[in-house]
Amino acid sequence: MRSGSPRALFVFLGRRLLYSAVVLFGVLVVTFAIVQLVPGDPIRLALGTRFNQDAYDALRAASGLDRPLHEQFVSYVTGALTGDLGVSFRSGQPVTLLLLERLPATISLALVGVLIALLISVPAGIWAGLREGRLADGIVRVTSQFGVSIPDFWMGLLLITLFAGVLGWLPSSGYAPLAEDPAGWARRVILPALTVGLVAAAILTRYIRAAVLEVAHAGFVRTARSKGLAPSVVTGRHIVRNALVPVLTIVGIQLATILSGVIVVEVVFAWPGLGRLVYDAVAARDYALIQGAVLLIAVMFLVVNLVVDVLYAVVDPRIRLS
Amino acid sequence: MNVLEVADLHVSIGRTDIVRGVSFALEREQTLGIVGESGSGKSMTVLAATGLLDAPGARVGGSAILRDDRLGLARLIGASPKALRRVHGDAIGFVFQDPSTSLNPLLTLERQITESLEAHRNLTRRAARTRALDLLSAVGIPTPENRLDAYPHQLSGGQRQRVMIAIALACDPGLLIADEPTTALDVTTQAQIIDLVRDLQEQRGTAVVWISHDLGVIGQVADDVIVLQQGQVVEHRPIVELVDAPAHPYTQVLLAARPRLGGSPPPPVDDSGAVLLDVANLDVRFPVSTPTGRAQIHAVRDVSFQVRRGTTLGLVGESGSGKSTIANALTGLVRANGSATLEGQPLLGKVPRDRRRRLAMVFQDPFSSLDPRIRAGDAVAEPLRVHRLRPGRHRERVAALFDLVRLPTAFASRFPHELSGGQRQRVSIARALALEPDLLILDEATASLDASIQAQVLGLLRDLQQELALTYLFIAHDLAIVQDMSHDVLVMQEGVAVEYRPAGELFADPREEYTQRLLAAVPPERPRAARSGR
Repeated sequence: MRSGSPRALFVFLGRRLLYSAVVLFGVLVVTFAIVQLVPGDPIRLALGTRFNQDAYDALRAASGLDRPLHEQFVSYVTGALTGDLGVSFRSGQPVTLLLLERLPATISLALVGVLIALLISVPAGIWAGLREGRLADGIVRVTSQFGVSIPDFWMGLLLITLFAGVLGWLPSSGYAPLAEDPAGWARRVILPALTVGLVAAAILTRYIRAAVLEVAHAGFVRTARSKGLAPSVVTGRHIVRNALVPVLTIVGIQLATILSGVIVVEVVFAWPGLGRLVYDAVAARDYALIQGAVLLIAVMFLVVNLVVDVLYAVVDPRIRLS
Repeated sequence: MNVLEVADLHVSIGRTDIVRGVSFALEREQTLGIVGESGSGKSMTVLAATGLLDAPGARVGGSAILRDDRLGLARLIGASPKALRRVHGDAIGFVFQDPSTSLNPLLTLERQITESLEAHRNLTRRAARTRALDLLSAVGIPTPENRLDAYPHQLSGGQRQRVMIAIALACDPGLLIADEPTTALDVTTQAQIIDLVRDLQEQRGTAVVWISHDLGVIGQVADDVIVLQQGQVVEHRPIVELVDAPAHPYTQVLLAARPRLGGSPPPPVDDSGAVLLDVANLDVRFPVSTPTGRAQIHAVRDVSFQVRRGTTLGLVGESGSGKSTIANALTGLVRANGSATLEGQPLLGKVPRDRRRRLAMVFQDPFSSLDPRIRAGDAVAEPLRVHRLRPGRHRERVAALFDLVRLPTAFASRFPHELSGGQRQRVSIARALALEPDLLILDEATASLDASIQAQVLGLLRDLQQELALTYLFIAHDLAIVQDMSHDVLVMQEGVAVEYRPAGELFADPREEYTQRLLAAVPPERPRAARSGR
């Protein structure tokens, strides 16, 4: 960022933040409406067979559902902004606490999964894109098509059978917190992360291949070749850098998707992530928890998108210096 | 001493022979022009001869030998990629057509200029930076020290092409390949780039191969010219001889077809002087969204003009001057302020459909303005269907329209890809005429066509104007064809009408400085070599 004014960058980021704030408000309105719009009485549904009038009144007062609508909304928004998402209808514990418990497992699975996806897809996509129509390209294309088509639970089961069953190298399921037992965490994260990572890698490879193909025919690549640069320089500095800019968006979407919960993979590997929490909350009709989880997932999407936008501005001078 | 010797060059892809036995030689400080229409194999010849051809499956035969002061003799055909890399950028520099795509958008100008210096000369970063600064000032970039860290998007098209030339000359190559280097530029910028290359060539003694479809440009740069037709050299002579006494019929066609100043349109069919289109205080702004927010472009500023029935108003100006925006405002594609009336009836704002159809438009690119999945006849019949005209008699009407634009009626069943560029543009004209419009807006309608095809289409348009008493709004950047077509001319610059007068007066005695500059930038008919006595 040596030339031009950094003002453009700040204006750009300011606009993005403002945009995120507007979306966040919309999300708050929608999540608030979840509890208001469910057919029937959410408290009654949540209590189920444990229903009696005292328990009903107590839960209703505790969740604030006895107050007028606008008051409820204001207190919901102020609560949400200060980290108070109410109490779970089912367990009576604070929703924020329940969500926070699941975050380390979810975030670590997502980051390792995306890392694996990138380690596979970036080289494979570039390799195939530079060899359009040749055998290597065909192998990558068929393999990635296979990866896109295969269901993730099946992939998970295959990996368990191979690494936990036949080879016996890794535990078949379970979770250990990273902070307390790093080695145990690492042994247990590999298989679920590989499962989500392989699926994401298959999708990313196809995008990267297409982007490399497009850039490889660009005028500036011909210019680079006309300078007599080594093929590695033409590929690295000119083709790959330009090809990866649009791929950032897809990486962001993949990351956010895994963050918001990969239920089947979490179930297969007994991984205590957000996906299973949401699944259990829906099964138990725990609307307060659903509300909180939806809000958290939306915020994670917003944060990932914001990070992607900032990265765009960092790598592309047309955005930061327009 | 010859810098480059090419002998019996052949290029084929699959079973198609694209270049068939081309030979030429080039001395220091000499410029060889290669001219031909699209598909004649110009670029292919030069890229194959210099070893930069990157077409999968292409087979290259013949020989090309480069003599360089530093590198000595180098065979370019059949050489290893490594040997070619030593030559590219060091002994041969390249400038390509479109400066908006030939620079890397993510790298600073300094990086793009110094890359080849680092690859071939092992210069340190600092020494390379100093050299880049010298090069930027040599190619006439103002305040070059502030531009080293700039990115391509911060420059105008002409400046980008100057940077491209700086990149090509970074290692002081003995040979410069210029592949249509001015085709994407405005005429005034084109004149500057031609002068720049000539000056640099004189200072450095560089040999230049200049490829162009435009004989006017070639006349300004070349000493010798090769005329290519379907991959074969039909004529290879000094430019002055070629222009004065073209021997080959194809050269004669090319010379006759080239747009030249000094023509005039046929007298108007209707000289009653009745005003058909009256535009007053037309003003167009549109919002554009940039990554940093919305901005407004003031594309047309308070423009007024009239078009008399049966005449042609030429609308000229460089890219971004607002010519096409005027057309889009009149056809309701963009919103505009001010007033525009067709025989007294307003055209701006909400307009009944049957008034809209009194205006028809022909666009520049005959490849993208026809739907590839719709047959030519159906494309011409579509306006009739949309406006529910002549139900049940579309086939006859389409046949009549094909007759009118001199296309065989059988072509109605062809798809666009089965037609040539000129034929497609005839289909576009037939489609525009389907609704019998009062006013035909021709927006750069011949700009994408080869000169010989352009001449035919312009002839057709002139004939149609006579036969059908049509009125044209003729938008073009090429002053010579505007002079050939127009009775009145409006010159636009950055959204403002700078000069609006009868064509005869304007071309004989341009009043405004900008009009004078535009006229002066048109390549003269006589080759420069004839005037300088070379």
